[in-house]
Amino acid sequence: MLIFERSHEGRSNTAQILRNDVEVTDIPAGLRRKQRAVLPAVSELQAVRHYTGLSQKNFSIDTHFYPLGSCTMKYNPRGSNKYAMLPGFLARHPHAPEQMSQGFLASMYDLQEMLKDVTGMKEVSLAPMAGAQGEFAGMAMIRAYHDSRGDDARSEVLVPDAAHGTNPATAVMCGYKVKEIPTDAQGDVDLEALKQAVGPQTAGIMLTNPSTLGVFERRITEIARIVHEAGGLLYYDGANLNAILGKVKPGDMGFDVIHMNLHKTFSTPHGGGGPGAGPVGVSERLIPFLPIPMVAKEGDKYRFLTEKDRPQSMGRLSAFAGNAGILLRAYIYARMLGREGMIRVSEYSTLNANYMMARLKQEGFHMAYPERRATHEFILTLKKEAKETGVIAMDYAKRLLDFGHHAPTTYFPLLVPECLLIEPTETEDMETLDSFVETMVKIRAEADADPDMVKGAPYTLPVKRLDDVKAARELNLKWSPDTE
Amino acid sequence: MSNVPTDLKYTKSHEWVKDNGDGTVTVGVTDHAQELLGDMVFVEVPESGRELSAGEDCAVVESVKAASDVYSPVSGEVVEGNEELADAPETVNSDAYGEGWMFKLKLADSGELGGLMDAAAYEELVASES
Repeated sequence: MLIFERSHEGRSNTAQILRNDVEVTDIPAGLRRKQRAVLPAVSELQAVRHYTGLSQKNFSIDTHFYPLGSCTMKYNPRGSNKYAMLPGFLARHPHAPEQMSQGFLASMYDLQEMLKDVTGMKEVSLAPMAGAQGEFAGMAMIRAYHDSRGDDARSEVLVPDAAHGTNPATAVMCGYKVKEIPTDAQGDVDLEALKQAVGPQTAGIMLTNPSTLGVFERRITEIARIVHEAGGLLYYDGANLNAILGKVKPGDMGFDVIHMNLHKTFSTPHGGGGPGAGPVGVSERLIPFLPIPMVAKEGDKYRFLTEKDRPQSMGRLSAFAGNAGILLRAYIYARMLGREGMIRVSEYSTLNANYMMARLKQEGFHMAYPERRATHEFILTLKKEAKETGVIAMDYAKRLLDFGHHAPTTYFPLLVPECLLIEPTETEDMETLDSFVETMVKIRAEADADPDMVKGAPYTLPVKRLDDVKAARELNLKWSPDTE
Repeated sequence: MSNVPTDLKYTKSHEWVKDNGDGTVTVGVTDHAQELLGDMVFVEVPESGRELSAGEDCAVVESVKAASDVYSPVSGEVVEGNEELADAPETVNSDAYGEGWMFKLKLADSGELGGLMDAAAYEELVASES
């Protein structure tokens, strides 16, 4: 139900405090509305109930297991929230002078330093406000670097076919043509194809390591050598950083630029559209091009670095300094973990994934790469089950909702048919992992006995099976009073 | 098993090519490809007059599962794109080899047709992938 459907004409929703109606005289006549804005006419309590009700119908990490592969839906510690909400942070105006913002700036400086330390990059900028913006900043820096050397004939970016869809989109946004590199049968980048693809036209390669196939790219140093020898740079998509945090550093693998998703790896609230944070880290040669503002420490004082300090910067990505509230949460999370804690993150996220994979294998499910050890996520393929019963991966996903588990990522990566990409994260306990495995076994038994029942799921949720084909073909996101 | 007509040529990337015998070819995606992708929700075809080289991405098919590029199997000039698909993308699902055709090309080099797969070779490829 839309809030507009609760609306009654003529009902007003003023604040509880009495207030005199004020005659508006100081807005020029030409700028005033001719008609009242179309707003729902509900009481304050009705509005509260409406949105609270909607939030209760939702799946969230606070209410359900959420093994959405490639998204790192881990627990968002209440501690991060609590300390980011200290009045000094919360009430700080973005235009407050630097001498009155030393605590905030110190936190941002420390976060830059911790991210440098854990990724092995030379400098970090916190400016990008989401993963996609981080990617854009990263590729823009690669372009700025080549341009600064007069090396402007490089027109191509290499992207493995297992990459996130955002990678080719980013390359195109930065004016590059995308060349796809195939994956071999073991899930690694096809080195022969890579050797043939590189050349004087290569601006760089965008890689996710571990890859979206749930395996580690084993020959990363060789890939780095091939691309560097051709004069290209290496871009690291930090989507899967949770698997290697504190264990291996992208800087050591030879990457020139990396973006991190703090809303994944550093446990800031995630979903519902964000806000996110996508800091970028670079190798020595890209430092001049980092997005601003960044925070510098001079003696015991902190200050913003601006255009004056970094004339070659790829620019600003927001009016102020990124998503400050989210960066603070990530800072507190990183401080709570420390260097040792970060190692535990990757150890337990990979242990949980491998445990689940082993249990599902024991139960007779098929893995896309059964010989490979899982990273922090793994891919299960229901190709055989789909062939036998007609119950496809999407049906399993919908039925999982009935049992109180958010579905894993479905049909991604596209290289694997009928797949579920499962990422439990390090914050789940063993009982929850076992319960998911048992549920999968139960659904398979249901699919054998009564496939039509499973194909009709979900049954227990506020909305039943949605017609996603109709929704995509006849997309309509707009409500207007005339719709009724 | 999906439908693989014997009078067509095929590519590794799951396009089919029909030799119209007048120096033009018709191109679409195979029944196997539409089956893998599932219900189509959006199709974009190249405009007439566009010069394509073999292997160039020139069209897009989007289903509820994924968006996928379509590559030109041979080089040539586009003489017609199937505009009907914009309003009825589902035709690619229901009639991949007929009304679901995507574009027609005037061949630059008819010799390129010899490099494409025949139905038997394509069936083998599909079998090896499944």
